[in-house]
Amino acid sequence: MAKSQIALTVNGRTEEALVEPRMLLIHFLREQLNLTGPHIGCDTTHCGACTVDLDGKSVKSCTVFAVQANGADIRTIEGIANPDGTLHALQEGFREMHGLQCGFCTPGMITRAYRLLQENPSPTDEEIRFGIAGNLCRCTGYQNIVKGIQYAAAKLNGVRFQEAAE
Amino acid sequence: MIPGAFAYHRPSSIAEAVGLLTQLGEDARPLAGGHSLIPMMKLRVASPAHLIDLGGVADLKGISLDGPDAVIGAMTTQHDLIGSGLLVEKLPILHETSLLIADPQVRYLGTLGGNVANGDPGNDMPAVMMCLGASYQVAGPNGARNIPARDFYHGAYFTALEPGEIVTAIRIPVPPAGHGYAYEKLKRKVGDYATAAAAVILTMHGGTVATCSIGLTNVAETPLWAEDAANIVTGSTLDDATVKKAVAAAEAITAPAADSRGPVQYRTKMAGVMVARALARAKARATA
Repeated sequence: MAKSQIALTVNGRTEEALVEPRMLLIHFLREQLNLTGPHIGCDTTHCGACTVDLDGKSVKSCTVFAVQANGADIRTIEGIANPDGTLHALQEGFREMHGLQCGFCTPGMITRAYRLLQENPSPTDEEIRFGIAGNLCRCTGYQNIVKGIQYAAAKLNGVRFQEAAE
Repeated sequence: MIPGAFAYHRPSSIAEAVGLLTQLGEDARPLAGGHSLIPMMKLRVASPAHLIDLGGVADLKGISLDGPDAVIGAMTTQHDLIGSGLLVEKLPILHETSLLIADPQVRYLGTLGGNVANGDPGNDMPAVMMCLGASYQVAGPNGARNIPARDFYHGAYFTALEPGEIVTAIRIPVPPAGHGYAYEKLKRKVGDYATAAAAVILTMHGGTVATCSIGLTNVAETPLWAEDAANIVTGSTLDDATVKKAVAAAEAITAPAADSRGPVQYRTKMAGVMVARALARAKARATA
């Protein structure tokens, strides 16, 4: 089957490649670009571990073909940290609030939350839970993930993070 | 999981897309948001030799008003529907329904056209479109035509579309200002298809129901338009006895499959419960 030439921007870098049309975006990112942050969890569009940011949308890269991303601007977890190498507020928030245990879902969680906070910079806990409903975590019970995202929202808004009373 | 090999086509116009589908025949499938088709391809349940990606056809996108109708391009995503101020004002049931489809990531890519054209009885928009009296604008090798949603669904994954045809837009008569609406969906968890769901659009006049339309999701091989149930409540105050009769009429037309969502009797009863809840909520929201 004829391969397709694609050109796209990934974490600010221009990438050009020849791909089989059937190659999924997650395989392209992990195997051709060696970006192994986005994980393959369920491989059935449920778990969200493969979430990346594509042209301002959170997408499950196991359910997009690499050819569909031709011309797109993509950000993965590898491109979330600040340019000077310090942690993004979300990464800091997940660390400070213990928003992970095994860490498998974390790249997808943070990448999804990155887009969520751009669309809704001051979400309620309920809005966070609704906004990350496409990302599954089997360890934390989500409580600390929600706190981690609230921590980041507060930091990005320049206000002091205060944990809600339990 | 890796899909079977296929050739990728990305037309830039409706005519080009229809030309490719006609020329390539049964081995070709149109690709909209891909969130039904790509999982099926990964499981090798579907193995099209050609994929016609409609993502590059600008004429398939957008939401506008055309006289008394709202016209929504087939490639408009659920995320776009949720964010549309026009729809929040004119057709809030689409906002409510879109938020109950799958999860945020799926809604960024899943399209209205794909949702209505796929013929999957689990999809939410078909019953809403039957409820609203919408029609689908279709383009094909023999030109354009219009198919009422209520005539579109022939069986699970069997629709009125002829080979080479694609849905290009969905045309919806805007309900009167002040109408009541509700989409009630029972599901086991976020992202699941409905155990049963009901769409209601109604108008009230002096405390009684002036007009009413009801659609049902995932309780038969096709979405259902519950015409008898709607006729029963029209003219009533939605008193308990009348609602009970309407619920029975809605339950009578269901034929759900027994699956992991529950046995036939349960899903039938839940269809009735969704109808009763949707009627009550639509009434509470109606201001005219």
